[in-house]
Amino acid sequence: MTTRPFGEAVQRREDPRLLTGRGRYLDDLGSGALAAAFVRSPHAHAVVRDIDVADALDVDGLVAVYTWEDLPERLARPLPLLIPHPALTHGRTALPLARDRVRHVGEPVVMVVARDRYLAEDACALIRVDYDPLPAVVGLEEAARGERLVHDDVPGNVGAHLVQSVPSADGREAGEAIAAAPHRLEFRLDIERSASMPLEGRGVYARWDADDASLRVYSSTQTSTSVRMALAATLGLPLPKVEVIAPDVGGGFGVKIMHPWPEEVLVPWAAMLLGREVKWTEDRREHFTSSAHERAQAHSVRVGFDDDGRVLGLDVTILHDHGAYTPYGIIVPIITSTQLPGPYRLGAYRVAFSSVYTTTVQVTPYRGAGRPQAVFCMERTMDRIAAHLGLDRTAVRAANLIQPEEFPYDQGLTFQDGRPLVYDSGDYPESLRLLKELIGWDSFAAEKERAAAGGRRLGIGIGCYVEGTGVGPYEGGHVQITSDGRVHVSTGLTSQGQGHETVFAQIAATELGVPLERVSVVTGDTRRFGYAVGTFASRAAVMSGNAIALACRKVREKALRIAAEALEADPRDLEITDGLVHVAGVPGASVPLATVAVLANPLRYAFDDEAARATQFAGASPPDRPPVAEGEEPGLEGRGYYSPIRSTFASGMHAAIVETDPLTAEIRILRYAVVHDCGNLVNPMIVEGQIHGGVAQGVGGALYERMVYDGHGQLLNASFMDFLMPYATEVPHVETAHLQTPSPLNPLGIKGAGEAGVIPVSAVIASAVEDAEGIPVMKMPISPSELFDLRRAAGGPQAS
Amino acid sequence: MKPPPFDHHAPRTLAEALDVLAATGEHGKVLAGGQSLIPLMNMRLAAPAHLVDINRLGGLAAVETGPDGVRVGALARHAQVERSAGAAAVQPLLRQALRLVAHPVIRNRGTAVGSLVHADPAAELPAVLALLGGSVRLARRGGTRDVPAGEFFTGPLESALGPGELAVSAFFPALPPRAGTAFEEVSRRHGDYALAGVAALVRLDGGLRVAAATAACVSAGPVPVVVDVTAACGAAPAGAADWEAAARAVRERIEPEDDIHASADYRRHLTGVLAARALREAARAAVEHADGSAGGYAAGSRAGDGG
Amino acid sequence: MGEAAHEIALTVNGVLRRTRVPGRRLLSDCLRHDLGLTGTHVGCEHGVCGCCTVLLDGEPVRSCLMFAVTADGHEITTVEGLADGARMSPVQRAFAECHGLQCGFCTPGFLCTVTALLRENPAPSGEEVLEGLSGNLCRCTGYQNIVRAVHRAAEIMAEERAEEA
Repeated sequence: MTTRPFGEAVQRREDPRLLTGRGRYLDDLGSGALAAAFVRSPHAHAVVRDIDVADALDVDGLVAVYTWEDLPERLARPLPLLIPHPALTHGRTALPLARDRVRHVGEPVVMVVARDRYLAEDACALIRVDYDPLPAVVGLEEAARGERLVHDDVPGNVGAHLVQSVPSADGREAGEAIAAAPHRLEFRLDIERSASMPLEGRGVYARWDADDASLRVYSSTQTSTSVRMALAATLGLPLPKVEVIAPDVGGGFGVKIMHPWPEEVLVPWAAMLLGREVKWTEDRREHFTSSAHERAQAHSVRVGFDDDGRVLGLDVTILHDHGAYTPYGIIVPIITSTQLPGPYRLGAYRVAFSSVYTTTVQVTPYRGAGRPQAVFCMERTMDRIAAHLGLDRTAVRAANLIQPEEFPYDQGLTFQDGRPLVYDSGDYPESLRLLKELIGWDSFAAEKERAAAGGRRLGIGIGCYVEGTGVGPYEGGHVQITSDGRVHVSTGLTSQGQGHETVFAQIAATELGVPLERVSVVTGDTRRFGYAVGTFASRAAVMSGNAIALACRKVREKALRIAAEALEADPRDLEITDGLVHVAGVPGASVPLATVAVLANPLRYAFDDEAARATQFAGASPPDRPPVAEGEEPGLEGRGYYSPIRSTFASGMHAAIVETDPLTAEIRILRYAVVHDCGNLVNPMIVEGQIHGGVAQGVGGALYERMVYDGHGQLLNASFMDFLMPYATEVPHVETAHLQTPSPLNPLGIKGAGEAGVIPVSAVIASAVEDAEGIPVMKMPISPSELFDLRRAAGGPQAS
Repeated sequence: MKPPPFDHHAPRTLAEALDVLAATGEHGKVLAGGQSLIPLMNMRLAAPAHLVDINRLGGLAAVETGPDGVRVGALARHAQVERSAGAAAVQPLLRQALRLVAHPVIRNRGTAVGSLVHADPAAELPAVLALLGGSVRLARRGGTRDVPAGEFFTGPLESALGPGELAVSAFFPALPPRAGTAFEEVSRRHGDYALAGVAALVRLDGGLRVAAATAACVSAGPVPVVVDVTAACGAAPAGAADWEAAARAVRERIEPEDDIHASADYRRHLTGVLAARALREAARAAVEHADGSAGGYAAGSRAGDGG
Repeated sequence: MGEAAHEIALTVNGVLRRTRVPGRRLLSDCLRHDLGLTGTHVGCEHGVCGCCTVLLDGEPVRSCLMFAVTADGHEITTVEGLADGARMSPVQRAFAECHGLQCGFCTPGFLCTVTALLRENPAPSGEEVLEGLSGNLCRCTGYQNIVRAVHRAAEIMAEERAEEA
């Protein structure tokens, strides 16, 4: 069988476990643990006057009740601000439990620990918190007016303000370039709030071993290494005494990269204090009001362009709603600002954002992380230009595309990793050509006309994007071949369903020349690998994939060196096939990797026959040299780290055909086409799956999902009844075509694929609905009721 | 999201159930399918002190069909009624509506009578009962009463069911001769509560002209709104009736409200569109019915079907 | 004061299991925490997501919308009971083959739903498959490969029936 599974659509190693109920998610662990539950603020904004827990104390099975007063000094402080930025002049984070002020519905105020969750909730229901309500601050406009403050010491509610400006080649600033352009347009584009909404919520399970003075924490997180460091720091424990493990995680999509959550520090603290295992499993209502949302942004656009639609100057002012706190910094508006130019060469570009506080759930990245907003903004702008000039929408895009020979292409901006935004590779014109062919762009006009003759309204839309993936600073991998010939791979970043066990095994099997079945992969377990950043920004395959490849190359080199001695051959003449090291072209002369592993670890004690070969009287090492040579280490293992100079840029283009019902204003997606370029594919089946899932989330964001707050800051749709995640019946079939432009930045030539699918969908659907209706669509998502309103506002014939 | 504590009662006989309900009064709540009640309890929006679980009362699971109509027992699941060929033959609107109720898995557990008692104005079955002029049979210790649909639904999530009472069955009158029905709705996602929905019943005279036309609207007011549109569409031949005029009449009568999914104006508009569609389809079905049944209706119905 | 406990007996995956539960114990929690069958997942506890779907006397139901006491005396099949010993069922195999799962959290609910669907309708049309899946949420896959897996499972089952005949 082949030992080059890289690039093959191999079935996932995770699946047998997950398909038979043997997956282990957070709440599947700790069957004997105590359960935590929280009393959370019912008010969007209030002073906490008093907390009366007396009635709860009668609940049978109650173990402990904690308020802010009970917290030790290290825990009584605001939670960390994870990503400081000079522009974030007024960053604010929450306390693990509110002291005297709550700033959104759902903010934790009291923690209860009881024998089980039912009883913990009973106790919560009996705790009386006396609040003095304050005015809520909801929505971008109200926040920006700054009349009511979310934080008393943040004037105008503005947490951050950042401007980036890239002059045109002839030195003009955007304002000037726009003023001088033959055509100018000015408009506003809005996107509402949504959320990652994994089907498994957050959860933490902590075990304190008093004898060993060590803490083991399981968390449904996208970053176990960073949770570990945060816990050690917050709880005052030596780092080696804390281990954090991400078990099977039921989806993340960004929300689980946020950390440490209040619950993530409180539950381990309670476990230590009580000397008992404690677990908290977030329920769905908590997830809606106490985790994080994303997407809400308003964009004021000014653009100047020439007769062909070439953008000469673009000026975008963004208002970003980051909710009540900024624990994750201002990454989302930074990404919007910098990914907005997409695959285009813009004349001059200026982007400014203000990030404002509201009394709503905090905003942290959700799959796409600011890019869906950026693409909505840029692509709607392209469509406006096309409409203004009476040009085909793809022609305007083609006129602006960066050409293949222009790579590396420097956009002149500073990306989310603090580094220059330089596109490494891509072929955008080819991508556009493929997409037009796939969707049948050029023949659509005739189709639309035929449909219209039958009373049907069809529209076609397009959206293009470039996605910075694989951001640093680094990831690492450890590879060990044991004396049974098995290959053990570990990496610190975590998995939430992306098939890392499979793709990393494919990479290791290919690099080492071993059968895939012999490779096992562990992710997100600090006991196995302590240095990592986490899974976000479509970075796992790029970062850990390359780190593992580098580790494998080290191990391979060592294996060849040892085998060369055993075979009395030159290591340069050796190769590894199916787990056997052999002289190229001489199949007879070989030594199994298992034996090499034995020889790599000189032994005193034989624990089995195989091990006996490495003991001191077996003649495995020459008596005139130390058994472990200087500079060497025992064992056939190696570590590799990949730390890229900057991100690698994947890209793609989507198109859709929609039908709108002239009477009911229902919107149906008839076709959805994707052209995607993420460099070399490790496993095409998995990449395809990522795209499908991303598009489905994009469709949710375009047509169904939104977080609806009322003026009092109450989230009106905090359930799956009213937060409308699409079912199978709402998601279109996705047609895909792949382009593979390898990245020159990393050894495997790969780019990230995790977020891609979701990025352009709102832009595409808006474009298609606008085409069907002939009415500008400037806000997303759009519901039938809103389309009905648009029709009425446009004064069009309203059939009834 | 765990339900608050309650005393669980699992009576084995109807009499026993009624005794418990009488004893617990307004603190007692009946549990049948639980598909509406248990979510409310899990969210602690409902906290009955006593839950009277009627799932062991085997006698209440029947779907009985006869020439007059379909009697659905309190434990008949949506799926069971939906599958009943007899019920569909006697009153096709039942199946037409049930297919629109939530998702198949919910219909396996949820009961038709439970849905009526829940009295959600956005739900399909209350509209069906209201349109057909059916009734709900309420039992209490020492007696039963039949409450006509028009009196049963008293407000959003409010019905005439009193403390100590158990809804033992509901009666859906049979489709009259030369009549047809249809149910049209638009929901945000497949299976969601409808943004608007209309059940229609059209009866023709011997000359296949519209003799009576009514529409019942969901999500259009505090209770299902039944509108008689016979006058609006005139005694025209089934194929030529002015359904748009009927739709206008419907729009004038209903009182939809804004919510997070749709504006009242859109709902009003949409209800009209769906009314025209449903009435047109019901008229078409009536013509077919008049052609096909030739004086006999529900010929294939049998009693006790599916119980 | 403690809550009254009820003695219940459930036949789960063919095995008679007895346990004591308070009246309010949800069937999902009973299966997961009292009987240790954690393959049934809980995603919303208000009956919308479908992660907790199990088979009650062969029919798919939401185990978060049923009290364990109500299930007393009934037969329940969970995801742990779908495989035939070490060999995965055709539905499970089809999901693996078609990449019908990513994080796997919603998967047990889909597997139970699809198992019942194909038992009732061995060769469903595209529309019937969508209707059958329409009560289960998946946030990862976009459903496309799940739909493919259902058709593939129907195919595998037909092949196996043909082999047996």
